Amino acid sequence: MVAATPLLSTRNLQTGYHTGKRKIVVAGMLPDLRLEPGQLICLLGPNGSGKSTLLRTLSGLQPALSGEIHIEGVDRWSPAALARKISLVLTDRVSGNNLTVDSLVALGRYPWSGWLGRLNSADLSNIDWAIRATGIGPLRDRKIHTLSDGQSQKVMLARALAQNTPILMLDEPTAHLDLPSRIRLMRLLHKLARETRKAILLSTHELDLALQIADEVWLLHTGGQLHSGAPEDLVLNGTFEAAFAEEDVTFDMEAGNFLIYTPQEKPVMLAGEGPAFFWTRRALRRAGFEPVEKAILNIRVEQRQGHPIWLVERSGETGEYDSIRKLLQVIS
Amino acid sequence: MTERPFRKVRLTGLLLLLLLAFLLDLSTGTVSISLKEILRVFLSPSTANPTWQFIVQGIRLPKACTAVLAGCGLSVGGLQMQTLFRNPLADPSILGVTAGASLGVAAVMLAGGSMATLFAIKELGMSGSWLIIGAACVGAGSTMLLVLILSRRLRDNVMMLIVGIMIGSITLALISIWQYFSNPEQVKDYLLWTFGSLGGVTGGQLSILAVVVVIGLTVAMMSSKMLDALLLGENYARSMGLSPRKARTVIICSTSILAGSITAFCGPIGFIGIAVPHIARFLFNTASHRILIPACCLIGTTLLLLCDAFAQLPGSQAVLPINIITSIIGSPLVIALLLRQTTVHTW
Repeated sequence: MVAATPLLSTRNLQTGYHTGKRKIVVAGMLPDLRLEPGQLICLLGPNGSGKSTLLRTLSGLQPALSGEIHIEGVDRWSPAALARKISLVLTDRVSGNNLTVDSLVALGRYPWSGWLGRLNSADLSNIDWAIRATGIGPLRDRKIHTLSDGQSQKVMLARALAQNTPILMLDEPTAHLDLPSRIRLMRLLHKLARETRKAILLSTHELDLALQIADEVWLLHTGGQLHSGAPEDLVLNGTFEAAFAEEDVTFDMEAGNFLIYTPQEKPVMLAGEGPAFFWTRRALRRAGFEPVEKAILNIRVEQRQGHPIWLVERSGETGEYDSIRKLLQVIS
Repeated sequence: MTERPFRKVRLTGLLLLLLLAFLLDLSTGTVSISLKEILRVFLSPSTANPTWQFIVQGIRLPKACTAVLAGCGLSVGGLQMQTLFRNPLADPSILGVTAGASLGVAAVMLAGGSMATLFAIKELGMSGSWLIIGAACVGAGSTMLLVLILSRRLRDNVMMLIVGIMIGSITLALISIWQYFSNPEQVKDYLLWTFGSLGGVTGGQLSILAVVVVIGLTVAMMSSKMLDALLLGENYARSMGLSPRKARTVIICSTSILAGSITAFCGPIGFIGIAVPHIARFLFNTASHRILIPACCLIGTTLLLLCDAFAQLPGSQAVLPINIITSIIGSPLVIALLLRQTTVHTW
């Protein structure tokens, strides 16, 4: 089967800036990238690795230093035509004087409406759909400057959706959001990619969320190399850890997250199952213990009348505790 | 959508107020003419007092028309600058075009008292002098060209703002040098011009001003969609298909044409350009330029007509310069509006 033309593809792309006559290369060794319909791609990378620069370059906000970007197979687009293909959610703060949520979302129709910006029924139905999809109906008449960061993020997403483009790019959409909002936003984007067949590319620092939700991860390293692949592959082959891990930060491959504490090797034998086992292991690691096959310190997690209970055995002494806190007090 | 009926009520109210202001402006002056007499001048000219007919039609009507044109042009120019630069303090003079016009006038007036200047001023009156207008147009036009050339090379609007202010201050510095080396009489003439005047623009001059202002306003109206997009900042505007350089050129052209021509014909009139956009946003509670541009025209016109009527100091022979009145009436108005608003918008 011959692959159809991708929505977006790049060749020999080099991103960076011109300052005066000097060229500052941010990412000079990018592989050829592809965006397909219905795909959700997370762009990950440490601070300063060039995530925003790559997004800005792909979306046409800044020119590439060299290389080509093809959208639907074509590499030259006028700004007006490009706006019908790519919509953006940026980190720029918007507080437009006197602007209501409704009229801000309506601005998303800019590339489609006439020269005075009058809206027809197709425009209005797109706006309504975008407002419903993002669940900001109750905010419609609010002024932009009265919104919280999270609400404002959703409104900007609604504006981009109203633009109704096959490609949607978001620059750190989860920044400033609380955890449930982050999860909801990610879930919404995932759903949108599936249901509307949009290609969604977002940069984020939420590694664990990205690992869960992304169809593909683009991993930018400081220095400008980029690895792409299914998130699980990148974890398994160590690319993920290599991108972020420094001497004091380690990646826990089993849990899929980075460890705040440095692992120490106080041996402990741990037995049990279910969530209680999982959380006990986490607590023990935080306290500097590492579960091993055989150790003097022996901890067993059991269920008794629906509640977990921790049984400790150390050089003949035994004890029974009903919380992890008590357990940790005893063993450390 | 409860906004629409409210907007209609406000629109009707403003139109009535505009009509009243227009009539009030016609009736006030060194001689006070009653409303009834003014209506008679227009409706049945044969029965009207010929002197009053001359005063109303020959002097006050052109002056009121000038106020309408200047009110529209300056406030729409101010609105465009505030949106383009995302700065609530911007006004049409921020591009340096007004200062450019002043430089042209200063060059003529302070040019060592050349015979041509003195003759022209004596013969034609100061504000009505073609020479002065021509000089101001040349000054404003060349500043506009300079600003446009620079704007092609600048990346963003913040830089544009700084460049505009710099050009303005260079121009004002040049004027100061000129003033420093001129004799007091000439400096006084120039100072009088800077107070602004709506009178003296009649006949052919008024038609020219009208044509130029209508062109400027048409360009402004056509740029309303771009202005809306610019509310979100340049990056978002670009992502919606706007070409920031093109938009900047169109908007700078429109504002320069408006501010340059009005300054050339009336002298620099301050305050209207900065205050009226705020009043329009407050009264019409919208950010859409399709509504704000006509709203600015309405409010700017009304405000300038009222200012002109007050400048006549009813019952006295004295006429205060229009520039003084716009600030004295305008500033408290803006402060009052800000106090009524619960929050001051940040940009």
